[in-house]
Amino acid sequence: MTATLIALAGIFAELSLLAFGGANTVLPEMQRQVVEVHGWMSAQEFSALFALAQAAPGPNMMVATLVGWRVASWQGALVVSLAKFGPSSIVTALVMQVWERFKDAPWRKIIQNGLAPVTIGLVLASALLITEASVHQWTLLTVTAVVAIFSLMTRWHPLWLLAAGALAGLAGIGG
Amino acid sequence: MSLTTSTSDVAAETRPPGPTARELFTGFLSIGLMGFGGVLPLARRVMVEKRGWLTAAEFTDMLGLCQFLPGGNIINMAVALGLKFRGALGAFAAVTGLIAAPSLIIIALGILYGHYQDEPHLQRLFAGLSAAAAGLLVAMSIRMLLPMLKRPVAMLVILAGFTAVALLRLPLLPTLLVLMPVSVFLSWRRWL
Repeated sequence: MTATLIALAGIFAELSLLAFGGANTVLPEMQRQVVEVHGWMSAQEFSALFALAQAAPGPNMMVATLVGWRVASWQGALVVSLAKFGPSSIVTALVMQVWERFKDAPWRKIIQNGLAPVTIGLVLASALLITEASVHQWTLLTVTAVVAIFSLMTRWHPLWLLAAGALAGLAGIGG
Repeated sequence: MSLTTSTSDVAAETRPPGPTARELFTGFLSIGLMGFGGVLPLARRVMVEKRGWLTAAEFTDMLGLCQFLPGGNIINMAVALGLKFRGALGAFAAVTGLIAAPSLIIIALGILYGHYQDEPHLQRLFAGLSAAAAGLLVAMSIRMLLPMLKRPVAMLVILAGFTAVALLRLPLLPTLLVLMPVSVFLSWRRWL
């Protein structure tokens, strides 16, 4: 148990410091660690937890807490929360002290511009991996496609789209 | 006169006194509870319009800092705002407020999911829900990708990151250690 908690702490502390551009950029690494490296759950279950976190209120990195809970119950959730939110918060607190001095510096803009395409590549990777793990029938792929199209073309609240997907699933679209 | 009153008197000359640690906790508690699928737009409404903790310009400035750093933007916002008004205690109060309710809710949902995981109806529901959540992620990545389509060098960086992480399944740390300096260099030379 202790070994599992230490492993969780290490993984999520690293993810905390690598999450440039938010939680969705580190999903592939989270999945790789949790599913492939440690074999704590299947890729499909990881996607289900991600979906559950999307359907629940709160910041979109709550999937981490849920993964921690699934792997090692309450202790897991607590350790993961501290590891996922602690390190990046400390970095924020430290950088805030010097932010006034460099927020208008040209190199700040250069770095931020440089980070943008890296972030986008990682979010694309998340989208592919989560789709791959969630969609094991072409009928489910229709759900993914329709939700993506509606999300892009309308201003419907994401929660309605998730609910519609869940209903379609319940109605047996996934077979 | 207590020390707290005198400090707020000084602050009151320019603007209303900043939030206390307790107000930071409850403010972020409401943000955490109301936001679905990302809470940033809501955070702006609460912090700027409803509670007047920040001006619109200060919010944008603080968001710039938070987007620059690793971690969720809204978590970093909570840290920065808490720290600005009440130091480390304020930062702790804000972050705890933000994640307290969502953590309990997500664990409750997780318990339910674990309990009924093998129930066929729930399995079907989750198949649909997961497919829909994937769809939202696809839409988000397309939305981010569109403005980059006319920038071939940026597209190469995107493709490199995507290939390394999604197709080759390389670990994130070495990928970022190579890709970030390259991309920042390209940005510096204005090739991006």
